[in-house]
Amino acid sequence: MTTVTNPETQAKAPSSSRPKKVRERGERGPLASVALHVGLLVASATAVLPPLWLLITSFKPTSEAFSTDLVKDFTFRNYDHVVNDTEFLSWLGNSLFVVGLTTVIGVFISATTGYAVSRFKFPGMRPLMWLLLITQMFPVAVLIVPLYNLLASLGLLNQPVGLVVTYLTIAVPFCAWMMKGYFDTIPVEIDEAGRVDGLNPFGTFWRLIVPLAKPGLAVTGFYSFITGWAEVAYASAFMTGEENLTLAGGLQTFVNQYTSDWGSLTASAVIVAVPAAVIFGFVQRHLVSGLTAGATKS
Amino acid sequence: MAVDSSQSLAKAAGAQGARGRGPRTGKTPGRLRRSLSTHWYAWAMVAPVVAVIGVIIGYPLVRGLYLSTTDANEANVERTIGVNHIPATYKSVGLDNYTAVLSDGIFWDRLTWTIIWTVSCVAISFTLGLVLANMLNRKLAGRSLYRMALILPWAVPAFVSVFTWRLLFNEKNGILNKILAGGGIDAIPWLNDPTWAKLSVITVNVWLGVPFMLVAMLGGLQSIPGELYEAAEMDGANAWQRFRHITLPGLRTVSSTVILISGIWTFNMFPVIFLLTRGGPGDATEILVTYAYRLSFVVSPRDFAGSAAWGVIILLLLSLFAVVYRRALRKQGEVW
Repeated sequence: MTTVTNPETQAKAPSSSRPKKVRERGERGPLASVALHVGLLVASATAVLPPLWLLITSFKPTSEAFSTDLVKDFTFRNYDHVVNDTEFLSWLGNSLFVVGLTTVIGVFISATTGYAVSRFKFPGMRPLMWLLLITQMFPVAVLIVPLYNLLASLGLLNQPVGLVVTYLTIAVPFCAWMMKGYFDTIPVEIDEAGRVDGLNPFGTFWRLIVPLAKPGLAVTGFYSFITGWAEVAYASAFMTGEENLTLAGGLQTFVNQYTSDWGSLTASAVIVAVPAAVIFGFVQRHLVSGLTAGATKS
Repeated sequence: MAVDSSQSLAKAAGAQGARGRGPRTGKTPGRLRRSLSTHWYAWAMVAPVVAVIGVIIGYPLVRGLYLSTTDANEANVERTIGVNHIPATYKSVGLDNYTAVLSDGIFWDRLTWTIIWTVSCVAISFTLGLVLANMLNRKLAGRSLYRMALILPWAVPAFVSVFTWRLLFNEKNGILNKILAGGGIDAIPWLNDPTWAKLSVITVNVWLGVPFMLVAMLGGLQSIPGELYEAAEMDGANAWQRFRHITLPGLRTVSSTVILISGIWTFNMFPVIFLLTRGGPGDATEILVTYAYRLSFVVSPRDFAGSAAWGVIILLLLSLFAVVYRRALRKQGEVW
């Protein structure tokens, strides 16, 4: 109210209301709209073109992999070749097994921790929070050699189980941290109601909170799945022999210093990327709130 | 909403904590028993994760620390060849590995490049994410389409994207060079010239990193109350002033978290470098993590001890970064 009489505003007012029609709040001039759309179009094109080009290339015969024509000789040969003549399916199976098992174990044992850290204040909680945060930023380089020696002495090199153990080092701290973020968003009154009705803490957790946190559990699970799906360093170091590789390692064998089978590479890349992208589309909305909420509320 | 619940939560937790911490003056056995009876379920709940972290992260970490003070390499670690079991013969060398690493020019070269890489990747993708989020955060035709398109690079598994970029960057036949040739420009050795390779890996990582920034920033923008903008407009603030004095402060919490997280991610970004250039040409694009990997798995004989020393140094650098960053934020009144 007082702003109307503010001399500064009055000085500015004429300049902003000069156009014939006063624009409403949040309305743009046509020029601004065009600039906005052009900017977003350029950005979107940059984002979409590489995956699109991958898709297009996968339908070209290998010999034509680098032709700039869009679809000259449309063919499914690459897909056929990848599925029937290479070890692709066993890589896919290895990846599914390793990452699936890791996700299930990781989410399962992390959920209670997330709940405890979110609800109770207990001695050792702060160190635990720090531990979870710091283990998340462990570089591959610290753990890879000891883990390699450890797996070698246990005879687990080249075994999917060995990779599961390795991936748990990535999944557990991350899942616990994410789950804490989700439990934080569930009102604590629900716990209190459960406690009043005579449930012990475990009962509260299991009967009230877990059902409510199902979406959170799912998102955490999916995200750790996607993370493991795309892991490269451990997989390249621990798995050798063509039939033992996971996808990240296997795809490297198509294009290296000796061969460049871009047709097989692109086809298998498409098969790998499509399910991941679809799942991602479902969970991404909850993802960032989980990541940042988990990190901001400690 | 979320903030509300967390506050009530903090209060509840605080009350509980006060109850638990109350009898500090009591005798030790009584105190221990009481805190055990108050907290046993909390401890039971965290036990599985503590056990897992202790066994599969703690043990290798301690072992890594130990290895970094020895001269372990491929030839003298414990190993089994066929039926023959060969015991370990490496011995302790104290801190020699560390002095060797730190007095070696390679380490400082790699560190410089790693810092350039991290800072430029985070800065560029943060700026782009912020700009795009601001462009998207308004009434706009086709908004959800733009959003989906812009998030796509995050949805595709990173190693797939990296292979795609190798296809695009291919020096003789890649589409980028073909387009340039169409414009009469000579082919650019995207991945084969040290400088171009550095620019290329940064480009790819920015491309991969923008969607995360964008989504985080959008979330942050939507949590800024619209009334603030209305009030500012009433007071005659122009678009830039509104951005500078409402949007940026409103995004502080989320951006500080996001910068910390993505700083750590980028510092450790193994797949992009490893799959795009293998650290090459030469070691031009090798960051600390990939170099440590090269020491233990690529060079011959594999230098386990050296690699472990690099790993420990990387971990110390990251912890230092996290602590300093948190301090700096706290000094400015940020609490998390």
